[in-house]
Amino acid sequence: MTNETSSSIESALLNVGGVDVSIAGRVILHDVNFSINGGEFTGLIGSNGAGKTTLLRVILGLQAISKGTVTMHGHEITSTNRSIGYVPQKVLFDPDMPVRVRDFVAMGVDGHRYGIARRSRATNDTVEEMLTAVEADTLANRRVGALSGGEQQRVLMAHALVSRPDLLLLDEPLANLDPRSAYEIVRLLHTIATRQRVAILLSAHDMNPLLPVMDRVVYVANAKVASGTTEQVVRTEVLSALYGHHVDVVQVHGRILVVGDEDDEVNTRFVPDHPPLVVE
Amino acid sequence: MVSVVSAIVGVFTVLRSQSFAGHALTDVAMAGGAGASLAAVAPLVGFLGGGILGAGAMEAIGMQRVKDRDIATGVVLGAATGLAALFLYLVASSSGATGSTQLVLFGSVFTVEASTLPYVAVLSVLVLLALYLIRRPLLFSSLSTELAAARGVRLRVVGSAFMVMLATAVGLSSIVIGSILSTALLIGPAASALKASRSIARASWLAALFGVAATWLGITCAYDSYYWFPSRRGLPVSFFVVMVVVVEFTVVTVAVALRTRRAASASGPWRAVGGS
Repeated sequence: MTNETSSSIESALLNVGGVDVSIAGRVILHDVNFSINGGEFTGLIGSNGAGKTTLLRVILGLQAISKGTVTMHGHEITSTNRSIGYVPQKVLFDPDMPVRVRDFVAMGVDGHRYGIARRSRATNDTVEEMLTAVEADTLANRRVGALSGGEQQRVLMAHALVSRPDLLLLDEPLANLDPRSAYEIVRLLHTIATRQRVAILLSAHDMNPLLPVMDRVVYVANAKVASGTTEQVVRTEVLSALYGHHVDVVQVHGRILVVGDEDDEVNTRFVPDHPPLVVE
Repeated sequence: MVSVVSAIVGVFTVLRSQSFAGHALTDVAMAGGAGASLAAVAPLVGFLGGGILGAGAMEAIGMQRVKDRDIATGVVLGAATGLAALFLYLVASSSGATGSTQLVLFGSVFTVEASTLPYVAVLSVLVLLALYLIRRPLLFSSLSTELAAARGVRLRVVGSAFMVMLATAVGLSSIVIGSILSTALLIGPAASALKASRSIARASWLAALFGVAATWLGITCAYDSYYWFPSRRGLPVSFFVVMVVVVEFTVVTVAVALRTRRAASASGPWRAVGGS
């Protein structure tokens, strides 16, 4: 279920078309269609286990798909033409790993390269620029394993941005953050996205911290997605059709709540006979 | 040169948490060395051949996930140890094979044939060059396989290449110090250097220094030990090399602990408690 026209799909930065993903015989995603335009801030919303991380891995090329296409600038994504930065939910660094933050961030530029060439001054300058952009410049000479959770998150963002990607994927960066910290991270990301002209696809189970900055939402539930603006997607009738059972979308003091019955599961059961979902 | 190669390869072995695999390859090299002795082939061929075959077997079973890695290592280790036991028994049983078992297990730098040296030198240079060429994707994948894969690093290729380098380093050090003790030359200097360093480059240089120091001190002590006892009987080089490695690790561990404690005292108890 999408709200894009064919012309907008063609000009999109990222286009996911008719993607199916199954893992160990279980349907994780079915007929996923959405696109992201350059510079857009898109929320990938869904409950835990809905398939958000799987979808991010599909875009990165780390998860095989059984059907469909994923293209960037109209071309299939390969290891050589990818312009995607990635911030995983958490990376467990060995506390004794003798790698400084600045060296780890620089790996976002040349960590995948073979050869004898030494790191250039331009790369070092870009590293400094990105660490400043994420407000982590004071951490440059610290060991990556000695960072707190919040510090690590900023460093991971710098690492993802240093290659100046067109698209930045973030997997649950707001998980385990208090509301104030979550809004701070969102503000920082929006500032960086605007300055660097990077499109962002950020997965979260709570869309409220993203409401002030989100251009579009891709809502994942029941192995399917609904995409469009918040007003188009986050509606009782749309999400009820997506979940396959009645849910209420309630707005309270500017916050959106999606409420199901007490006995209902927010699940990823695939319902093959469910009719196509249409956003009016 | 062998100690330099072992030490620098050892740095990445420790970083990648593959010390168990490294140790297993020394036992696989032992099987190879014993097989070479049985077949009257040059020991270096046996040590290298066994090690590379073992590395290939581990990769085939699976080395990507930590759990798979332990399983692969354990399976190959068990098989190799069994083969080593068979070959060494056959070697010991055959006439004219006196001392071969001792050489396979514990090596002796004094008995390395001159004809072997050019091969050792060339292989050492090749391993160091190859390691330098893949150092960035290797380090990146050691830090985080997920991030490295997302950035386009071919984990299987890098991992397999490193296993071949590791097997080669183990094979080369088995000539000098024997297969059983080559773990010490692989892991000891690297572990000491990583404790005392804040960068991989510095750790590599320091590990090489520790490795060379251990080897030369070991050789010197072994040579001198001839005069220590009235019986005029020198002690093995391997023993002294391993002891120096242990002393290096102990000294570095204590020095780092003292430095950490001094730094914590200097920053004050309250700041230490509240700091990140």
